[in-house]
Amino acid sequence: MSNKEWPLWEVFIRAKQGLNHKHVGSLHAADVKMAIENARDVYTRRMEGVSIWVVESKNLHASEPSEQEEFFDPANDKIYRHPTFYILPEELNHM
Amino acid sequence: MEINLEEAFQKRIDEEIKIEPRDWMPEKYRKTLLRQISQHAHSEIVGMLPEGNWITRAPNLRRKVALLAKVQDEAGHGLYLYSAAETLGMTRDEMLAELHSGKAKYSSIFNYPTLTWADMGAIGWLVDGAAIMNQVPLCRASYGPYARAMVRVCKEESFHQRQGYEIMLTLCQGTPEQKAMAQDALNRWWWPSMMMFGPNDDNSPNSAQSTKWKIKRFSNDELRQKFVDVSVPQAEILGITIPDADLKWNEARGHYDFGVINWDEFNQVVAGNGPCNKQRLKARVDAWENGAWVREAAVAYAEKREKRKQNTENTNAA
Ligand SMILES: [Fe+2]
Ligand SMILES: [Fe+2]
Repeated sequence: MSNKEWPLWEVFIRAKQGLNHKHVGSLHAADVKMAIENARDVYTRRMEGVSIWVVESKNLHASEPSEQEEFFDPANDKIYRHPTFYILPEELNHM
Repeated sequence: MEINLEEAFQKRIDEEIKIEPRDWMPEKYRKTLLRQISQHAHSEIVGMLPEGNWITRAPNLRRKVALLAKVQDEAGHGLYLYSAAETLGMTRDEMLAELHSGKAKYSSIFNYPTLTWADMGAIGWLVDGAAIMNQVPLCRASYGPYARAMVRVCKEESFHQRQGYEIMLTLCQGTPEQKAMAQDALNRWWWPSMMMFGPNDDNSPNSAQSTKWKIKRFSNDELRQKFVDVSVPQAEILGITIPDADLKWNEARGHYDFGVINWDEFNQVVAGNGPCNKQRLKARVDAWENGAWVREAAVAYAEKREKRKQNTENTNAA
């Protein structure tokens, strides 16, 4: 008897047309087809989605949480990237 | 070093910053969560059995589709929770092995039998009701994947409770025999439901740490009191009586007083000596063993298809 566990898949769902796919959780399935069908049954029983992506978890790469600070540091001091950095006369209204 | 990490961790918790799977966490936090979430997942899965017992005997099609959908939801809850628990570094198969060997626990309520159709009403009303009390605060638990899974679970639970209460209501408005059936179900499910909140606070040694880690937001006794306070008027609407002679409104406290729980019974059921412990565990182990060939066949099929795909690609390349 083989003890092979079915691979783990990460599931992403588009809630409705026009929105991004969003991560909702994971599940086990033997192959892509089963992963998508199981994702439908597990994560969209109440019309929560119009499209499903599944990615085998081993193929997902992520930034390091322990390096979070250094990694995102380049954005920290660049307040001139935000509209509020620029001081304009009040009469201008909504720019 | 270790101390600083732990202090920083607690600081994040105190600031209500969620902890995510790959963040540093104390080993005890990880273990506590793993135990709690896997136990919770097992409860959802084993919890399908008492109700599954009545699907084929539901009194009409409306009740049958509702019960079927409810039980399917519970399977979904189990799967959300297993998936959350896996982020803490234990595989699904390891968790299932712990359930099947009896090492892992599940909620003791599911070791009681479902004797009549009215039990479907009482379970939805009381057992799902108590579960909701427990689960709503968990939507704010400090561990991200657990909190997110609980948000999904809670969204689905209110249908469970309402369908159960509707069954009770229909029985209570029916013949005297039907009403008696509802009363009997309440009599049998009330105290086990009260036990779902766990031991009294002074008997719950791990609660303080879980509270500090913001896994737990309310104490067992606080939640139990809430449950009693909402259930009494619900029973009054049904016109049936909660089986507790000591139950009465306490003006000074602003809460209902209630009788003493039979903790001996609770401990017996947790220890494996409840009316259905053996039957429930056997059903799970049988399902696992009898399903082995399906799991293997699916893997073999996936591998074969993968190989065929590669062969075709190689041929095309050549
Ligand atoms: Fe549930
Ligand atoms: Fe439920």
